[in-house]
Amino acid sequence: MSRKLTLGKLMVYLFVGLFSLACLYPFLMVIGGSLTTQSEVTNYGIRVFPHKPTLAAYKALFINRSAIISGYKVTIFVTVVGTAMSLFVNSMMGYVLSRKKLRFRRFINLYVLITMLFSGGMVPWYMVCVHYLHLKNHIWALIIPSMCSAWYIFLLRNYFTGIPEEMYESAKIDGASEITIFLRIYLQLSKPVLATVTLFTALGYWNDWWLGLMLIEKSEMQPLQMLLRNIISNIQFLQTMQSSPQIQQLMATIPGDGIKMALVIITTGPIILLYPLLQRYFIKGIMVGAVKG
Amino acid sequence: MKLHKQKAEQKPLDRSNKFKKLIYDLKTGWQLYIMALPAMLLLFLFAYLPMGGLVIAFKNFNFRKGIFGSDWMDPWYKNFKIIFDHNDAATSAIRNTLILNFIFIVGGTIFALSLALAFNEITHKFFKKLTQSLTFLPYFISTVVVGIFVSGIFGYDHGTINSLLVNLGFDKVEFYMKPSYWPVILLIVNIWKGAGYSAVVYLATISGIDSSYYEAAQIDGASRWQQMWYISLPLLRPTVIILTLLAIGRIMNADFGLFYNVTGDMPVLYSATDVLDTYIYRALRMTGDIGISSATGFFQSVVSFVLVITSNAIVRRYEKDAALF
Repeated sequence: MSRKLTLGKLMVYLFVGLFSLACLYPFLMVIGGSLTTQSEVTNYGIRVFPHKPTLAAYKALFINRSAIISGYKVTIFVTVVGTAMSLFVNSMMGYVLSRKKLRFRRFINLYVLITMLFSGGMVPWYMVCVHYLHLKNHIWALIIPSMCSAWYIFLLRNYFTGIPEEMYESAKIDGASEITIFLRIYLQLSKPVLATVTLFTALGYWNDWWLGLMLIEKSEMQPLQMLLRNIISNIQFLQTMQSSPQIQQLMATIPGDGIKMALVIITTGPIILLYPLLQRYFIKGIMVGAVKG
Repeated sequence: MKLHKQKAEQKPLDRSNKFKKLIYDLKTGWQLYIMALPAMLLLFLFAYLPMGGLVIAFKNFNFRKGIFGSDWMDPWYKNFKIIFDHNDAATSAIRNTLILNFIFIVGGTIFALSLALAFNEITHKFFKKLTQSLTFLPYFISTVVVGIFVSGIFGYDHGTINSLLVNLGFDKVEFYMKPSYWPVILLIVNIWKGAGYSAVVYLATISGIDSSYYEAAQIDGASRWQQMWYISLPLLRPTVIILTLLAIGRIMNADFGLFYNVTGDMPVLYSATDVLDTYIYRALRMTGDIGISSATGFFQSVVSFVLVITSNAIVRRYEKDAALF
C-alpha cells in the first residue's frame, strides 16, 4: 500500500482525530474546571487550562470529607462484595447450563432466557423490593437486585461449553464432585472470560446510582455516584458547608462549578486511572461476547 | 425446527437417552441443581415476582394490602382509561420514547459504522490505539458524570458554548430552558457515549472478513473507497441489521440515566425529553400515583415483549446464530 497522503486518508485521520478529541475534551474540562478560581470562571467560563490553578475546591471538599469517605466505603464494599458474589452465582449457573446430560437443562435455560425477554418493569419491581423483601435503606439493596444477570450467565455458559468434555469425564472418574470440577477445572480454564465478566460487573457496581436512587434514602448509605448526584441537585450541601467560617472564606474563591468538577474527579478518578490497564480486557470481551440463549 | 429433526432421527435412542439422563440426575445431577439454586432464586425474586406483580395495573393499590392483596379496579381497565383518555403527559412520553430512540438508532448506527470503517483505514499503529482508547473512554463513566459534562458545556452561566458565543459577540443561549435543542443534544450525547463501544463490535466483524477478498480486489485495481463500499459494507450488513432489529425490540425502553441525569430532570424540558421510564418514575416516586405508573408500565412491558419477540423472529429468519433464542 502506498504511504502517500491522499485526500481520503486525510479525511479519515481528521474524522477519527476530531472525534477522539471530542471524547477527551469533557474530561480535560472537568480537570481544568476543578482547578479554576471563581473569578476566572465568572470572567472566562470553564477552562481546560486555568491561568492560576488552585486547589481550593479540593480543600473545601476535604474539610467536608466525611460524606465522601462514607460514599467511598459504601461503593467499595458494594463493588467488591457484589462483584465476587455475582461472579460466583452467575458462573455456577453457567456451569450447570453447560452440562448437557442434565435432565432439566432445557427448562432451566428457558427460565433464564425469559428474564431477558420480558420484564415486569419499574413499578412491580419497586413494590417487590420494598413491600415484600424490605430492602429499603438496607446495604444489600445495592447488591442483590442486580446480582444475577442472564447476559453474563449465557456468556459464561458459552465459554464453558467450549471446554472439552474429556476434562469433565476424567475428573468424574477420579471421583470429583460437581462443585470441585467447577472450581478446580472449569474456573481455572476460563480466566479470560472471567476477567471480562468481572470487569463489566465491577464497572456496573461502581457506576451504579439507580439502586441508590430507588432503594436508599439515608444519605450516609448512598454510593458515590448517588452522592455526586445529590450534591449537584441539592445546593443544600453547599449551604451546610457554609456554616463553617473556613468554608465561607473558601467559597469566595471557588465556584460551585469547581466543587462539582472536583467531586467528579474524586468519584470517577479510580476508573480513569485503571482504564489504560484494563481496557484491552473490555475490548476482548466485546469481541468474544456474541451472547445468545 | 432443528430440534424436531433431531428428535425424529434419534427416536430409537430416545428412551435409553432419557434413562441415562435419569441415572445421571440421580447420581450427580442433584449437585448441579443445588448449584443452580442461588441464581434461580435471585431471578425468581427480581424478575419473576415483578412479572407477576404486573397485575398491580388492574388493582386499586393499597400499601397495607400489598400487590396481590389489593382489591381489583372497577372497572378493571380504569387505570388505563386514565392514561389514554385525557392524559397528554403519558401520550407525549410514549411519543418521545419512540421518536428519540428511533433517531438514536439511526444516528448511532450510521456514526458508529463510519467510525469503525475509518478505524479500519488507519494504518498508523500508535494513532489507532490511542484514538480507539479515547473513543471507548466515555463508555466507562456513569450518566451522572455525563450530566455534569453536559452542564459544563451547555450551561448558561459558565458553559463552554456560551462563553464561546459571548467571546465571539453573540447572545447566550439558554439550552436548559428550550426543549427544541434537546433531541439534538441527547443524540450527540448518546453517540459520544456509545459510538466507541459499537465501533469495537463492528471492527470485530470487519476483522473477521477473509483477507483474500481485499487481495483479489487490490489485484483488480480497486481503490480503498471501492473496497470499503463493495466489500466491507456489504459484509457488515448482517451485523448491522441484527443489531438494529434488536435495538428496535427495545425501542419502548428508554435509557433512564440519559434522560434523568443528563437533562437535569428539568420540568421545562419535559415536552421534548420526558420518556416512558422517567414518566413512570415520577408517577411512582414523586406524585405517588401508583395507578398511572403501573398502567403505563404494564403498557410498556407488554409492547416491549411483543417487539422483542417479533424482532427476534425476524433476526432468526435472517441469521439464525445471531438470534437471542
